[in-house]
Order: sequence, then C-alpha cells, then structure tokens
Amino acid sequence: MTPTAKLFVGVLVAMLLVFGVGTAIGNRIAAAAREQDRIAWARQLNLRIRVGWVLVLLFALGFALGEGALAILFALTSFFALREFVALTPIRASDYWALVLAFYVVIPVQYLLVAGGSFALFTVLIPVYLFLLLPVVMAIKQDTSRYLDRVAKMQWGMMICVFCVSHAPAVARLRIPHYDDRGWLLLLYLLLVVLAADLLAVAASVVWGRTPLRWDPNKSREGVLAGSVGAVLVGTLLWGITPFDWWQSTLMSIAIVGAAFLGSVVLAAVERSLGVRDLPAATGLPLVQGVLGRIEGLAFAAPVFFHLTLVFFVA
Amino acid sequence: VKFLPPLVFLARLLVGAYPRWVGCAPTATQRIYFANHSSHMDTLVLWASLPGELRANTRPVAARDYWGRGGIRQKIAEEELNVVLIDRARADSTADPLDPLRAALAHGFSLIIFPEGTRTPQPLPGPFKSGLYHLAREFPQVELIPVYLDNLHRSMPKGTFLPVPIISTLRFGAPVALTPDEAKEQFLERARAAVVALAGERQALEPTE
Repeated sequence: MTPTAKLFVGVLVAMLLVFGVGTAIGNRIAAAAREQDRIAWARQLNLRIRVGWVLVLLFALGFALGEGALAILFALTSFFALREFVALTPIRASDYWALVLAFYVVIPVQYLLVAGGSFALFTVLIPVYLFLLLPVVMAIKQDTSRYLDRVAKMQWGMMICVFCVSHAPAVARLRIPHYDDRGWLLLLYLLLVVLAADLLAVAASVVWGRTPLRWDPNKSREGVLAGSVGAVLVGTLLWGITPFDWWQSTLMSIAIVGAAFLGSVVLAAVERSLGVRDLPAATGLPLVQGVLGRIEGLAFAAPVFFHLTLVFFVA
Repeated sequence: VKFLPPLVFLARLLVGAYPRWVGCAPTATQRIYFANHSSHMDTLVLWASLPGELRANTRPVAARDYWGRGGIRQKIAEEELNVVLIDRARADSTADPLDPLRAALAHGFSLIIFPEGTRTPQPLPGPFKSGLYHLAREFPQVELIPVYLDNLHRSMPKGTFLPVPIISTLRFGAPVALTPDEAKEQFLERARAAVVALAGERQALEPTE
C-alpha cells in the first residue's frame, strides 16, 4: 500500500470506530429517554451523529473518486441549502430568471472553478460579478415592490449557501508545500472540528446546562463553552493529519470553532427573522430538509479556514 | 431497496414536496384531495408527496386541453400519473364532464382535483367551481381533504417551462363534509376557506402578484 492509502485506511477505521461507538451510545440514550425534553435532546444528539456518518461517506467517496466528486457533493449541498433559503424569502414569481441564473448557472460555474483550482475566479464570481448582475436581472421585469429587500436577500442567500460553502471543497485544492496530495485530509480536519464543536456542545449542555442559549434551546452557555474547549482539543489531537505543528493546529481549531459558533448565532437569527426556526427538522429527513441548519457552522468556518491556510501555509 | 419512480424523484429533488398531515393521517381511506392551483407543477407535486401505497390508488384529475394533447406530456399523464382526463372545453356538449370522475370514484380510486378549474398564480386560491359540490353530494362516503400547496407559482410562473428549485410544503387538513341542507355556494366557499386556513398567516400577508 502507498503511504497515502495507508493513511486513508487508518483515518477511515478511526472514524468508523468513533461514530460506531457514538451511534451505540446515542441509541441507548434515545431508548432510555422518558421525559419530553430528554427525548428531544436525544433526537438532537443523534441527528448530529448521523451527520458524522454522512461525513464518513463523503470522505470515502471523495477519496475514491477524487476532487471532482467532492465538488459535486458540496454543489448538491449548496443546491439544497439555497432551495430552502429561497422558500423563506419574499422572492417572487417575477424573480424567476434570477433563480434560473442562481441555480442553473452560478452553482455549476462556481464549483467548476473550485474543482479547477481557479482561486482568483471563484473568490470573486459571486461577491463581484453576481453582485452586479443579480440586481440587473431582477430589475428587468420592473416589479419594484420590495425590490431592494428581494435583491438583498437573494445576494445574502448566494453568499452563505454557495460562496461560503464552496470554500470547503476549495480547502482540498490548496497546494501546501510538503503536504502534496493530501488536501482532502485538510478538508476532513475542518469538517471534523466543526462537527465536534456542535456535537460536544449539545452533549455537554445536558450535563452542565444551566443557562439555555436564547437562540438555540438545545444548547446552554456552559455546554457551548465545554464543547468548544473539547472541539479545540480534538483539533489539536488531529494535528497529525494536518500540515500544521500541534500548536498551530490549536490556533486553527480556535479559529474554526469560533467562526462556526458565530455562524450558528447568525443563521439562528436569520431563520427567526424569517419565522421558521426549527420548522423543517421535524420530519426526519435531516439531510435533505433542514440543510440550512446543518451548514450554519461550516458556512462561516470554511472561508475563514481557507483564507488563514492560504495566507500562512501556501503563499 | 425500492427506488422512487423517476418523476417522484425529480419532483422531490426540485421542490421537496414535503407533506404535513395536520388535519388527517395518510391512510388508505377513499378520498378526494382538493387543492389550490398555482402552477403546472401542482398535479405532479401533490401526487409525488403521497406515500407510495396511497399514490398507486390515487388519480389526479387533469385538463384534457393541457395533458391530453399527445406527445410526452400525455405519455407521462397516462402511464405515470394515471390521470383522469376532464374535458374543460366541453367539446361534446351533451356529455357531463364529471362522468369520468364518477367512474373513477365508483372503482374505488381516490382523486386529486383543483376546484378553481384554472391556475391562479398567487398565494391564495380564487373561487371554486361547482364540480366538488356535485361529487360531495353523490359520493357522501368519500372524504374531502383540503390541501394547501405553497410556493409553486414561484417555482414555475405562468409562461415558463423550466421549474426552479424552491421548497414546497403541502398541508393536508381535516376532512370537509357536505352538511344535509347546505347550499352549493355556501359549501364551495367553506371548502375554499378550508384551503385558505391551511395557508397560514405568512401566505396571507404576501402581496398578490
């Protein structure tokens, strides 16, 4: 076996172990839960463990099929998230062509640019060109009722669901000296730290939870603090799969966990303001519906992590 | 593993078609689902939102002048959706356009109908045509289930042929029954109100387009 393949098998086995044990514990908690709030908590916990399994699958697929497959998987994530976001906004029938542009042109082009490694283009396509083009397309019909409101929300949705999320597969495209073709491991590192922060915060909230967060009843102030420390610890211990020294990995984890936390604060506020917090998660299809709530941490952490790595380790 | 039929998969990929059974459960009772009609997607989306075992026994009612003009559209309508074609234009003035619906109900099928008779491309439905009343009177044992479909007029506005992705949720309400001495207009308005009530505040506040 090549060293890369050995590394892959090692990481895969470790993840299967961790999430296998996690699933077993989660199922026991769910089976033992009697009170209403305990059942709800167990569901939230198991939802996140299931995200872990999707991550394992994503990782295996991405490794087996290459970076193109990664780009496609994240493009689908953007697609599902944006589909959800648009439904919540006052975007109207007269904005039809803006939606055609967003879904059928911008998403494919953005991820093609990411897969091709054209960093200079993929970082400006949405913030510059789409920013200028979208209001034009939305003005053509001369339907000016809540015009700026609609344009702004569409822009914001594109930034979060497409621009920010597309930085995750872009991490795998970074060419770091002495790290060679292991970009996919760096992406895995990012995803694991983001997931750990969320998972540990929910788990710790039930043990030490005293002050529930105003924007997320599943987490408490103490739980988030403990979960963040835990996630930074996880990130530090994972330094072996990164191009960083252990202390650099600690700092990177702090940046990721911090950004992911801010992301969850912001997305919760957005969903509240649109009147839909916690609405979609109710049907047990967490990964096709309720995508927006699942990507909130990643959407903020991915661009920050991409940029920090680019500045300090590539240039 | 049983795969979804391609049309159902496509509908769910594009618009989700997520059912919310707020007033009734998805059971095999013979029913007439009646809904607001805001786009050409409605027929497919309502049908695709039903669980597989109910879908097999539920036939959408579709206008002959749109779905019955041959080509791929008619093929889909007949072979996949198993539609009951209704003659909106009344080409034969002696025939009652409701007869094919009566036949399907007599065979035990459930039906999907859009009582507005035509698309109203805005959040709330327009006035209902009388077909629903006649069927309610003639088939009192069949449950009448109001359904509200949101967002589809935004996914596929009038005059476009490529749907854009946007989540659509379908709310299934409690059965509406015809009371013994209820007048036609009264019943139709009550049925329409049942659909409007499912729309909730958010849709009602939305400006009409």
